[in-house]
Formats: sequence, structure tokens, C-alpha cells
Amino acid sequence: MSNKIVLALAGNQNSGKTTLFNRLTGSNRHVGNFPGVTVERWEGHVSGHEFASVVDLPGIYSLSPYSAEEMITRSFLTEGGVDAIIDVVDATNMERNLYLSLQLIELGLPMVIALNMMDEMRANGNTVDVAAMSDALGVPIVPISAGKNEGIHELVDAAIDVAVAKQRPQHHLDFCSGPAHRCIHSIAHMIEDHAERLGISERFAATKLIEGDAPLTESLGLNENELESVEHLVKEMENELGTDREAALADTRYNFIEGLVARTVVKRPRSRERERSAGADVILTHKFFAIPIFFGIMGLIFWLTFGVVGQPLSDALGTLIDSLSGWVGDGLDAVGINPFMRRFIVDGVLTGVGTVVSFVPVIAVMFFLLSLLEDSGYMARIAFVMDRPLRCVGLSGRSVVPMLLGFGCSVPAVMSTRTLPSERDRKLSILLIPFMSCSAKLPVYALFTAVFFPKHGAAVMSLLYILGVLGGFAAALVLRNIPYFRGSPVPFVLEMPNYRLPNLRSVLILLWEKCRDFLSRAFTVIFVATVAIWLLSNLNVRLYAAASYEDSMLADVSRLVAPLFAPLGFGFWQAAIAVIVGLMAKEATISTLAVVTNAGVGSANIAALFTPAGAFAFLVFTLLYTPCIAAMATIRRELRSGDGAALAVAAGQFAIAWCAAFAAYHLWI
Amino acid sequence: MTLDKLSVGSSACIEAVHGEGALRRHLLDMGLTPRTRVTLCKAAPMGDPIELELRGYSLTLRRADAANIEVGEPGHE
Repeated sequence: MSNKIVLALAGNQNSGKTTLFNRLTGSNRHVGNFPGVTVERWEGHVSGHEFASVVDLPGIYSLSPYSAEEMITRSFLTEGGVDAIIDVVDATNMERNLYLSLQLIELGLPMVIALNMMDEMRANGNTVDVAAMSDALGVPIVPISAGKNEGIHELVDAAIDVAVAKQRPQHHLDFCSGPAHRCIHSIAHMIEDHAERLGISERFAATKLIEGDAPLTESLGLNENELESVEHLVKEMENELGTDREAALADTRYNFIEGLVARTVVKRPRSRERERSAGADVILTHKFFAIPIFFGIMGLIFWLTFGVVGQPLSDALGTLIDSLSGWVGDGLDAVGINPFMRRFIVDGVLTGVGTVVSFVPVIAVMFFLLSLLEDSGYMARIAFVMDRPLRCVGLSGRSVVPMLLGFGCSVPAVMSTRTLPSERDRKLSILLIPFMSCSAKLPVYALFTAVFFPKHGAAVMSLLYILGVLGGFAAALVLRNIPYFRGSPVPFVLEMPNYRLPNLRSVLILLWEKCRDFLSRAFTVIFVATVAIWLLSNLNVRLYAAASYEDSMLADVSRLVAPLFAPLGFGFWQAAIAVIVGLMAKEATISTLAVVTNAGVGSANIAALFTPAGAFAFLVFTLLYTPCIAAMATIRRELRSGDGAALAVAAGQFAIAWCAAFAAYHLWI
Repeated sequence: MTLDKLSVGSSACIEAVHGEGALRRHLLDMGLTPRTRVTLCKAAPMGDPIELELRGYSLTLRRADAANIEVGEPGHE
């Protein structure tokens, strides 16, 4: 068997599709419980069957023309590259999941249904007559449990079988009746040639025509007579059923499903998982407790990340790097190396490495905790609880997730806005994220508060975070009136999945991917920037070793721009350098200050440079000014509006930061 | 009456889904079709959005959108 087979994984959100994908490919990916996590297209080889690849499609509920994910799925499936569909159906939520299955069956592609979460189904004492259901739908059904790794081999074999045999769903039993049935068949017959030309099944084309699906109607290219006949047939159906075309078809599908489920499934009215989730929600989405609990959980996450676990680990790693620099320095001295090279290696290279590495624990802990929230199903509750307050600033409850991620790192936060269904919400959320103080800025706050506000460190830091959030909301209120962001707000219709225990293995794999991603990014962008900045700050304009930093090229540049910061209380070149370097990576702000003030990692002789008011203004400026190069690159990509929009973001953030820092400085004194 | 007027804890059968375009289609796709029994489980802390239970699962939507859905006489579970 050498021919390559392409399998497409389709299914509802929260159907366990991503877990199944991880099982199939062996490369364990992220499992999300928050609807819409799978927006990127993941692809992998089916382990043990290298000739077969599997594509993970977005989690969707229907094949309507209204959502980007549904259109992506439709075009991917109808373009002709797919040999078989694996449709993942959550057995504990059969009715709504089968609604998509019916539409997928209409596509007429070889297909297998993976009846997932059978373990939960059985634990509830429910049973399903798989053979009868398979017979009624005309496609093979394989009961599986992706989480428990049951039935995966059988599923793969069944999918490859139908793909190789090109076994299309058998329409021997029709899942509609009465007027809708007659209408679909008359139209299907009439448009057969057009559908064939497009390479799609005439039945799928007919149902979409009836539903008034604009993109498909256009691509079918019917002539005026045909369009008129279609309209006539649909009108007739509408009259007979006493309802309109869209409702008629949705109703027909659900009626068929209700009948099918009544015949083949024996279940208790409410699953134990549903009962348990409802029980947990009595507290977690309680009228009075929900918002305090939400802030409590966020507080806990930040305390664990920055207080208990992350910071001590970072400090320990920082100390380790410091002693490493010491040993390397001693070793280099012992062999009598050129003193400039010694400084380059110890102060430039190793300081750069140290800065980057000491950051990993904080990022790891943050992502670990956030992915627990996501996989447990709590993120959807956050959207439910926070929707009303966020609507005040023109956003929906879903924007809370990217904003929370923004406290970790802007890059994944901006990327996560892809899960937002409306263009407008997505753009607004992206522009809000830079206001959420990312974790890379924390060392700056930590160092400055330790030096200038030792007694009020926590208060100053909290103030900065709150200032960022308020600034973001203020910006959203202004921005939503700009035509670029106008548009109809999305319908907020969101499934609340049952609470599930997060799969620790996949959380850890996600964590590993995040850390690896950060390290590779850090060791390219941040490391190169740190070394380059060290060289710039140790060479003068004639490329000789500078006698001191004051003599260096970077100092020359910084002196040029420093007056810009004089009204903010830090108009000296050392601060200007730190700001410039911060554009490469916020992590490097402190290491730069350390380098230009001749101090070790994690400290800087800043007490002599800044006044307390200037220090506070510097913190406010750091909080708000232009995001780092990695974040800017992501923002540019995700806004999909070219360089202009990205430059506007960069300049806008700089201007906002300048004004805020100016105000902060003058209010302080 | 409309779905948003349903009191917490009571349930009713859907009679019609009004509105148009993406929202209406999405509501239908999520199973809010005529003759479906829905229960209003709770409202979010600030009274909006609301949480429904239908077809064995839980769905949340805003009151303004729920106002497009006409329901019959409510009864208690």
C-alpha cells in the first residue's frame, strides 16, 4: 500500500476531537475544553500507518455559510483532497453532535463515525445499539474512548477501509420525510449536472440551495430558469410546512435524530457529568460568588506563578547562571584570554543566556495553570460570568481568555484571539492585549519596587496591573467607534461543556511546547538582541573597544533620544538604552540596565540614577509602551491588515505610554 | 411569550425562532428548534447572559438574543 490516504477529523467543539487527534498521531497536542480552541489546522501521520495522514479540522456545529470555521471545513472537504472523514461524535451529547454528522453524510464522502466518550456513556448505565444506528445512517460507527485509548485501532482500520474502498454513505435510508424530502429530491435531480461539475454531492448542494446558502448558490452557477424553479419548490415546501426554509431543514434533521436516538439509545435523562457540572456551577457561576471566585482563582494563579513557584525557581536559576559566569570568568582568566573577549563572553553572552533562562519557570507555571483552567471547562464559565461587564466596553465574554493569556505573554494571547468568531472582537481584543502587563515586564517591576518602594512593593505592582487593564478598557471604548473596528457584534451563543478532569499528560506536553517555543524564540531574538546590544554598548563609533559605556555607540544613540524622556523624569541615556532594548524583548530591559550600570544579573545600580517619581514614571512607561518585536510580529500577522496597522499599534502604544508616564511623573511630585 | 421572559428553573417548549442571518441559523443549528423543551437554568451574576439546558447539554446566550425565541406555556421541572 503506497498510495497516500488523507483522513479529515471533523466534529463538534468539546467532542474530544483534539484528544483523538493526539491518539491517532502520537504527537500529543493541546486539548481544549473551551469551545473553539482548534482553529489552526493540525496535520500528522497516523502512527503505525505512515501512508495515512490525518487533518484536524476546526470544531464546528454545522456547515452553515456564516462562520469562518464552518466555511474552512466545507471548502476543505469539498475540494477533493480528502479520502475519508472521521466524524467525532460525543456519545454523551448525541443529538446535537449527530446534527453535524447528517450534514457531513450529505457531502457523500467516505465516512466513519467515531462514537467518542463511550466510557462515560457506559459509566452512566446508558447503552447504544451501534449496529442499528450505523444501519440507519449508512456509515460505519466505531465506539471509542479517546481519553482512555479504547477502540482507536478499530477506528483507524475502519477509516482506512472506507477510504481505500471509496465506500460512500449509503442513502438507502433517507433521513428526511414529507415535504422537505420531496423538495430536496426534486432539486437534487434538477441540479445534478452543476453539482457534478463542482465535484460535490447533489444532495448536499440541494440542501444548501434550499437553506439559501449564498456562497454555494453562486458557485453552482444556475441559470435564471433553474433558480426560479428552485425558488418555486422551496416556497411550496415552506407553505406545506408552515415554516421558513432554514427552520424547516434544521427541524427535519433534528426530528430524524430524535427518532433515531429514541430507537437506538437507552439513556438516563441527565448524565452524571451533567449533574456534577450543574452542581459545581451552583457555586462557580453563583449570582454573588461567581465574580469573587473568578478573581480569587486569577489571584491564586498569579500568586502561584510569581510568588510561590515561579519566582523562587527563576531566582535559583539566576543564581546558578551567576555562579556559572563566575566559573567561566575564572577559567578564562586562568588561560589568559583577551580581556575584551572575556568581558564579551561573561558579561555579554552569559548575561544574555541567564536573563532568558531565568524566565522559563515563570512562563511554565503560568501556562500550566491557564491550561488547567481551559481543559477543565472553567474558561467557558468565565465567558458566561464576564460577558456582561465586558460588553460595556464593546467586547464579549470570550475576549476574557486572550486577555488573561496576555498577562502571561502577548504572543500566545494574540494568537488565541483566532478563537473569537467575529472579526471586530478579534481586532479589538488584539489591541487590548498589549495593555495586559505581560510576565516579561514583571522583573522590571520587581527590581524597581524592591529598590524604590520596598515597603509598598505589592501595592505598586497591583497598581500597575490595574492601570494596564483600565487603560485597555479606555482604549477599547475609544477604538470601538473607529470604522476599522465597527461591525455587528457576534452572537454570544456558547456551549458550556461539562467539567472534566484535565488530562495531565497533554497539559504537560503543551507546557513543554510553550517552553520550547519561548526558548527558541528567546535564544534567537532575545539572545541576539542582548549580544548585539552588548557589542553596541562596548564598541565606539570607530569599532574600537569603548573606554566606558558612555563612550559607546549605543550611548550615542540613546543620548540623541534621551531628551524625549526628560519630561517623564528619566531623560538620561541609560534609561533610553533600556527602553530601546525593551523593543527587542522586555526581558532584556533589566539585563541592559544591569550591563550599562555595571551590575550583575537581577540587580542594577538604579538607585543612583532614578528619583522615586522618575522610577514610577519609568514603570508606567514600561507597562504601556510598544510591545516587543515578537509580539509586534504576531500582532501584524493576526490583524491581517499589513504594516500600516502594525505601525499604528507600535506608535499608538508609544504615545499612550508617554502621556501616561508624563501624567504619572507629574502627579507623583 | 419569549424565552428571555422565562423565570429561572422553569421550562417551556420552543414555538418559533425569529430573527435572521447568522444568529438565527446558529440558534437553529444548536438545537433550538420548534417543539424542543428548554429549561432556563440560571442567569449570570449581572442578570445576563442566561444558561439554558436542552437536548441534554448546556448552552449560554444573551437575553437580547433569547428574545428572538418564542416559547409556549412554561412549566416547572
